[in-house]
Amino acid sequence: MSHVDVTKATLMKDLRMEWRSKDAINSMLFFSLLVVVIFSFAFNPTAEQSRLIAGGLIWVAFLFAAVVALNQTWARELRNQVLDAYRVSPAPPNALLLAKVLGNFLFVVILEALMAPLFVVFYQLRSVGPVWQLVVIALLGTWALVVNGTFFAALSIRTRSREIMLPLILFPISIPALLAMVDATTSVLTGESTPDFWIKLLLVYDVIFTAVCLLLFESVLNAE
Amino acid sequence: MKSLSIAFIVFTLALLGFSTYQGLFVAPTEQTMGDVQRIFYYHVPSAWVAGVCFFVNFLASIAYLWKRSLNADALAAASAEVGVVFCTIVLITGPIWARPVWGIWWTWDARLTTTLVLWLIYVSYLMLRRFAAGGQTQVLAAALGIFGFVDVPIVYMSIRWFRTQHPSPVMGGGENSGLDPTMLHAFMWNLLAFTCVGIVLVATRYRLQQLENAVEAEHAQLALEGRAR
Repeated sequence: MSHVDVTKATLMKDLRMEWRSKDAINSMLFFSLLVVVIFSFAFNPTAEQSRLIAGGLIWVAFLFAAVVALNQTWARELRNQVLDAYRVSPAPPNALLLAKVLGNFLFVVILEALMAPLFVVFYQLRSVGPVWQLVVIALLGTWALVVNGTFFAALSIRTRSREIMLPLILFPISIPALLAMVDATTSVLTGESTPDFWIKLLLVYDVIFTAVCLLLFESVLNAE
Repeated sequence: MKSLSIAFIVFTLALLGFSTYQGLFVAPTEQTMGDVQRIFYYHVPSAWVAGVCFFVNFLASIAYLWKRSLNADALAAASAEVGVVFCTIVLITGPIWARPVWGIWWTWDARLTTTLVLWLIYVSYLMLRRFAAGGQTQVLAAALGIFGFVDVPIVYMSIRWFRTQHPSPVMGGGENSGLDPTMLHAFMWNLLAFTCVGIVLVATRYRLQQLENAVEAEHAQLALEGRAR
């Protein structure tokens, strides 16, 4: 089987499992819904204020929600020693990583698409800048979170207290990406400045960390 | 070897005493900031040692993944721990200096924020080392060490842009713009002394890690033989 075939097979398997159980997407949806409601109570913003804070709010909600899905990524492969089977098989390790990243990327993008209308309604958002830029920011930002998140989930699955470990190692590394997403979103929503620099930074971040993840994944997968 | 390292420790202590004397008594008092500026002789060398330690950690992490030698991992662990200690010193002495000079304890300026993020990254590295199970620790830690160091320039770039877009009223620093020769003199002595302290600490911690590895290997061997008998 070629690289692409393995990626496709693993991705389709994950999508099928998710389609049947809907575990990840349901828990992420409910979690971010809770964040929206709680933040709304905590800050009680006016339409003008919410335009200023929405960028931060949206991304913090998605970041926390993504961790829920990321933690489940590898956990299901531990049952029945699937991961061990994968290690002894001749399939390329990066194909596995890529499939997992693509799967998580899809889940989080679907989550964002479903949650965006809710944010608009609850926070009375109306973008001053062009909306298509928000889509670009969302796609690049989600990739940044998910590629590192999937990799770090593979790290944290090997530790004691796995679920706690993932955010502890993912959040510090993700700070520049989060800063870029939040600031880009805010500058589009308020229309006060251009998000160009932040979009470029996200692009650079995505390229660099995708490369690092692909380089190091084999050693992490085979760590004994 | 042992007498050599003891000699080096004694030398470092003497040097540290001399450089402290230089910083506190020989260097002139700064005109506008006064005596509080003398924290500079500890603050900046600590930042230097922390930076070097994190760089060593990065190199040792790569070396471990490449050669799989436990010594490289021991060096990575030692340098990360010492780096975090010195980074903590920087983060503590910084606000002590900033409060009387800038009027605030903290500002989200590029250098401060980058140092804080750096500290967060390497604390998470140490936590991962603690929580990882058994023989996987080294690989996982090495991977995170590489991630952490690659992240640093991106953090700095993003925060600098973040701050130049929203300039804050209190900006300062710029201590390198024309340092008095006597100050530079004291500063260089401190830089040397702190570098030696860093070397001593990393070397000691490295040795300790080696011993720990040896003890562990011995235990494993005994367990194996016990079962064979």
